[in-house]
Amino acid sequence: MEGSLPFDEFGLGWLDASGEHPDIVLSTRVRLARNLQGFAFGPRARVNDRAAVLERVRAACGRVPLLQGGHVQELSALNPRGRRILLERRLASRDLVEDNGTSPPRGTAVVVSPDRPLSMMVNEEDHLRLQTLFSGLRLQDAWDLLDDLDEELGREVAFAYHPEFGFLTSCPTNVGTGLRASVLMHLPALVLTKEIGKVLQGLGQVGLTYRGLYGEGSEVVGNFFQVSNQTTLGKSEEDLVDHLDRIVRQVIHYETQARQVLLRDAVGVTEDKIWRAYGLLRYARSLSFSELMNLLSGVRLGASLKLLPGLRVYSLNKIVIFTQAAHLEEAAGRDLSPAETDVHRASFVRRILAAEGAVTPDDEPSDGGATPGQTR
Amino acid sequence: MTCHNCGSEKAVVHLTQIVDHEMRTLHLCERCAAEKGLETSTVPENFPLTDLLAQLGREERSTVADGSPSGCAFCGLTFQQFKESGRLGCPHCWSTFEGHLRGLVRRIHGGSQHVGKVYLSPDPTVTEREKRVETLRKKLVRAVELEDFERAAEIRDEIRDMEPA
Ligand SMILES: [Zn+2]
Ligand SMILES: [Zn+2]
Repeated sequence: MEGSLPFDEFGLGWLDASGEHPDIVLSTRVRLARNLQGFAFGPRARVNDRAAVLERVRAACGRVPLLQGGHVQELSALNPRGRRILLERRLASRDLVEDNGTSPPRGTAVVVSPDRPLSMMVNEEDHLRLQTLFSGLRLQDAWDLLDDLDEELGREVAFAYHPEFGFLTSCPTNVGTGLRASVLMHLPALVLTKEIGKVLQGLGQVGLTYRGLYGEGSEVVGNFFQVSNQTTLGKSEEDLVDHLDRIVRQVIHYETQARQVLLRDAVGVTEDKIWRAYGLLRYARSLSFSELMNLLSGVRLGASLKLLPGLRVYSLNKIVIFTQAAHLEEAAGRDLSPAETDVHRASFVRRILAAEGAVTPDDEPSDGGATPGQTR
Repeated sequence: MTCHNCGSEKAVVHLTQIVDHEMRTLHLCERCAAEKGLETSTVPENFPLTDLLAQLGREERSTVADGSPSGCAFCGLTFQQFKESGRLGCPHCWSTFEGHLRGLVRRIHGGSQHVGKVYLSPDPTVTEREKRVETLRKKLVRAVELEDFERAAEIRDEIRDMEPA
């Protein structure tokens, strides 16, 4: 279970654009909060408690079939860049990585399975956060796999459980199932047609909530919305997952409809937006992360609508992860100033898009009529 | 598109409503929307845990928190500290402050009875076992519904192992 993490592509199987609706749903994540009996929770745990929790978890992982051959990476053994990479890959939370200038508390760790999309945070707010990350919309599979890990682990360590309140957590908003299922959706057409407010409002009414790309408190960038269940107690895990699945499919339907509206009522403007975004990404020499995400949103929409033929969703997914600051520094092999980061980011995007090959522009105006044989 | 309510004016407000767990969009003209008192520009706010915490213990006139006034016997967290941080200190806190937490959990989740997985600690009691078999039976039904027969067979084996010979 030991050894340092290989930083090439570990934990990134979910970028492969498999699963249902990969152009609209980037990823599916399910997370379970679990705590061990007999230890104070993260925020109140002393150094010795944390160390003891990690030792128990480490021993248990060695006996858990789903984690055979996995890595237990203590955060204090990584340099700040290594920790930020874990955050950027969504394997660690901001809380776990935030170091306030000092090294992270002893005992905080990330466990990663070598061959399955499973990982675990140790000594975060709760002793354990089990998580699985899949490409596209795959809630049932994600839940089934995480459920299996939960079963295996729960036989090796004793979880804190109460017959009325269920699985006990540090924060009352997570108690019960401890389950948070979330789906990362790209909804540019709902934003462009200004329908998004109503959809988000609707989510609130059915017990769901949304966040930006990086979870709690993060801004919405590039029209990416992370939709998840709001409550964790009073429904079974299956019901929570099924309910989210049902609503997400409705949102996909709304997004698809909004895309049809764009193609029907504003095809010229839409095409122009998409091609301009592509042109900038293909040739820009400096890009901030938020500028990139906004342009990428247009290009992703173009690829999905086949207006930019030949662009693979996989490559666009890769851009999202590998253009984050710590990933760019890792690739450069050194720290980068903010200005240098923007230059390296633009260069990475150009290389990926160049490798994708020619995206043949249709030089005929697609305003109907003028193009022979075009059907509306 | 014309208004769903009066059928004459142009619909400008599109309200997404939830009917029987389904999202439906209601299209209304300005006047009908105003009559219904609709505010369409609001976006759901983040969960107001801090508001709920501020109310905690205020509705009961009594100033005595349930459990020990000195706090949790295991980790030492006092109820006042919980109100300030919103985080419990250890599993025992949940029993220490049970009365208050039940009310809070109801306000957050709409109930306080967990209906999900029943956990069987590595050294289970008989009742835990029975509840566990119940969970497994539900899982079995679901696996059969999803036509995941391999999984169903595994669950069936597990149920057999759990039940007394
Ligand atoms: Zn009307
Ligand atoms: Zn306590």
